[in-house]
Amino acid sequence: MAKYFVIIILLILLFLIFWNLQKNTAPRNRLDLLSSRYIDQGPREVGSANLVTAVVVAYRGFDTLGEVIVLFLAATGVGFLMQKRQKAYPKSNPASEILRTGSDVLLPVIILTGTYIFLHGHLTPGGGFQGGVVIASGFLLQFLARPESRIKVRKLHFIESISGFFYVLSGLAGLILAGGFLDSRFLPLGKWGELISAGAIPLIYSFIGLKVGSELVGILNNLKGD
Amino acid sequence: MIMVSFYILGIIILLAAILAIYARNIVTAIISTGVISLLVSILFLLLAAPDVAMTEAAIGSGLTTMVFLYAYNRIRRIRERNDG
Repeated sequence: MAKYFVIIILLILLFLIFWNLQKNTAPRNRLDLLSSRYIDQGPREVGSANLVTAVVVAYRGFDTLGEVIVLFLAATGVGFLMQKRQKAYPKSNPASEILRTGSDVLLPVIILTGTYIFLHGHLTPGGGFQGGVVIASGFLLQFLARPESRIKVRKLHFIESISGFFYVLSGLAGLILAGGFLDSRFLPLGKWGELISAGAIPLIYSFIGLKVGSELVGILNNLKGD
Repeated sequence: MIMVSFYILGIIILLAAILAIYARNIVTAIISTGVISLLVSILFLLLAAPDVAMTEAAIGSGLTTMVFLYAYNRIRRIRERNDG
């Protein structure tokens, strides 16, 4: 009996906390201090035409590094778990002629689109993650169309580690040459809105794009198994 | 006018979600989860978040759907081999 009483008291207290919260929350009708600072100072300070990229790579660069590490750990875990049980799967049926021809035609275009997305991350919507995922989807199409095709895993891992290494190295360059770790302003900002501008953001996004792309292709390759 | 398209998209997303849960055929369920992601990415685009829309379209309706289909295909083939 006493147990139920304590639980009910706790629930009532919890309800009171949330009741207070929702009573004191007024709808916001203007930007808070941090958002308005990003919007006012962002283009001048970071030089990126796409403000989202300015926040993701420059102001919140540490979060992006964390995301890249999370993805790396996920890829490592998948590789570790799927390593065993090889050759247990039955052979897959050959894909249809339409899928094979379409995949051959589309694969270069998809890779080019992914590269475009991460190279223009500071100008147009998109960036390293999106570009990398687009590249990986191209390879997935290739896996579906030609199940017997093999990927050079050593080269994949080489691209992945070298781009991750250079990403952290460019962060350290920001620490030494500019304001702090992952500060993208250690390269000249250039002319606003051009391809080579916004400091090191195109460089950093290229590393992130290559890393995400190769990591996801590695995950797909591991899931493919054989 | 834009509110109408929000409502239409929301209703279709809800219907596709219900279909994904209750569909007897697993391929139908997988495809309808992909449709949900595609429509949600259109919703993000209408809400002026093209970056999120891009990610949702590429991961949600591209990679995830394909990986699900791939896994389902593999399970089916293993079952066929074990039965026959």
